[in-house]
Amino acid sequence: MRILLDKFSKSFGTTKVIEDLTLEVADGEMLALLGPSGCGKSTTLFAICGIHKVTGGRILFGDRDVTDLPSQARSVGVVFQSYALYPHMTVAENIAFPLQVKKVAPDQIKREVDAIAALVHIENLLGRRPAELSGGQQQRVALARALVRKPDVLLLDEPLANLDAKLRLEMRSEIRRIQLETGITAILVTHDQVEAMSMCDRIAIMNAGEIVQLATPTEMYHNPRTAFVAGFLGNPPIAFLRGTAKDGGFALDNSDIRLPLPAGTLSPADGSKLTLGIRPEDFGPLGDIAIPGKIAFVETQGRENLYDVRLADGSMLRSIQPVRGDIAVGNEVAWSASGAKVMVFGEDGARL
Amino acid sequence: MATQTQVSANFKSWPVILALAIVSLPLIVMYLYFFIDTITDSAPGSLIPNAITFRHWDFLWQARGNRPSIWPVALNTLVFATTVTIIVLLVSSTAGYVLSRLNVPGRGFFLAGVMVLHAFPSVTLIVAIFLVLQMVGLYNSLIGVILVKAALEMPLGIWLMKGFYDTVPWEIEMAGIADGASRFTVFRRLVLPQVRPALMALGLFAFLSSWSEYILPQVLAPGAKAQVLSVYLASLIADDNNFDLSLFKAVGVFYIIPVLILFLFFQKHLMNIYGGGSKG
Repeated sequence: MRILLDKFSKSFGTTKVIEDLTLEVADGEMLALLGPSGCGKSTTLFAICGIHKVTGGRILFGDRDVTDLPSQARSVGVVFQSYALYPHMTVAENIAFPLQVKKVAPDQIKREVDAIAALVHIENLLGRRPAELSGGQQQRVALARALVRKPDVLLLDEPLANLDAKLRLEMRSEIRRIQLETGITAILVTHDQVEAMSMCDRIAIMNAGEIVQLATPTEMYHNPRTAFVAGFLGNPPIAFLRGTAKDGGFALDNSDIRLPLPAGTLSPADGSKLTLGIRPEDFGPLGDIAIPGKIAFVETQGRENLYDVRLADGSMLRSIQPVRGDIAVGNEVAWSASGAKVMVFGEDGARL
Repeated sequence: MATQTQVSANFKSWPVILALAIVSLPLIVMYLYFFIDTITDSAPGSLIPNAITFRHWDFLWQARGNRPSIWPVALNTLVFATTVTIIVLLVSSTAGYVLSRLNVPGRGFFLAGVMVLHAFPSVTLIVAIFLVLQMVGLYNSLIGVILVKAALEMPLGIWLMKGFYDTVPWEIEMAGIADGASRFTVFRRLVLPQVRPALMALGLFAFLSSWSEYILPQVLAPGAKAQVLSVYLASLIADDNNFDLSLFKAVGVFYIIPVLILFLFFQKHLMNIYGGGSKG
């Protein structure tokens, strides 16, 4: 079901967290609300699920205005970061609870619990209590409980934050599989860009209560609208060089390094402050803009190595390359950036 | 050898046990004679019983002199303790929840007030309570003492329950609400089960405290109709005309048997009070 936030505002007391946020999530889409802590993404989620009362604006599920409906009447399934399983109930009772509240007949409850348990692969755990489950299993139970009454919307609040790295990888694809199989509209709140990019159809990246950019993961990665977005997506992260515009080129601060601006960039006025963003994969032996520097650190990642290159002015560029043995800390290198991929940001952080 | 494997303690245990036994001997002897004297007779001045008898226990089947029979008194005590327990549990479990979770005006003030009430020595109130009960016509009735005792037990209960509710994660309630349950269903089916150990312990404390309550019934309901066991017991010792120490002891044993039985069955729950709360 389509979800529409229409000029939605939320404040706690006198603190305005979100003002006039408008966001539409298409039917069957999985959207990520991505942003740093305190950017208002969880507040938005709790407003959609009805736990927080909205201060202004409307929330629509399909064509139904749910702004003033209590959470119980909204038909949302929520998965919490801590899973919030009911510790005194077995897995089966946990999953059955939303149906019992709806006064569904017991034999139908049993059928639906079995069906949803099969979907999330926990058929053999139904008799256990939450304390006897691993983190990943608890996560599956929480998903099953959120989905069992076939809600209009599935809301996931940092669902993977409490899992270890390996389980996180597994549950990432599991949650996506379940979302696709049920065709439910889902909103994922996360501060982990990898989760957002790997699981979702679109990402809404938030900062200080505002949506900075709303796009598909690929689009957002290659075409970030601001330096904030560029810095948030990508691992290892993008490196920034600060400097000024000079004669249609870029002069790195505190050094005599001059770089040409990539073709297609509007020439900024001389003397205006600029920031260049260069992703680690766009900086290496191949490229057309040579930037000399010195290897400051080599991080071994197995298949690839990450090289930190210190430039004359002290700023740092990162380069990720297939493992090579000929480079050590302290070596002088003259690697280049591929001009077409370099991003230029103005003083206010907006892409030029 | 089996004994070989057990020699791992770095000190011998028997001297410790012996020392403890000697120190606690007076207590043990006291309890022993407390019981032995109720079923034996002994010559005056002698500690050695010379005859077994059940005549000290005859209060169970016949009323002595002008005293009431023990059974209505025991029933009064049971009704008193049970009702107080139920009231304390009902009020504490709901009031504690409200204070822990809901935004009530004057919450901090109320909590502080409850704390002061708890710290207040109840004996100092007794004259005022006496006057109030007399005025509303509940003096010398079981209902009056029940209300007073429950009111005095409540502050502890409310604080205890508030503390336990504080440990129940908010997310569980949010999840319940999102699952479509009403606030009350969430309280009854999701939150209350998390604080069950606290309810058990609080109920037990309230029951035992009421069962052994003496001052309140003695002052507020001394009449024969509302008499409880503690008052009955005290009247035995106050009776100078036919003073019977063995009868006193027999009634005493009768009085503590329910307490012992409760402890036997519920000691696990009493210990549990620190093991409550939810673990993910």
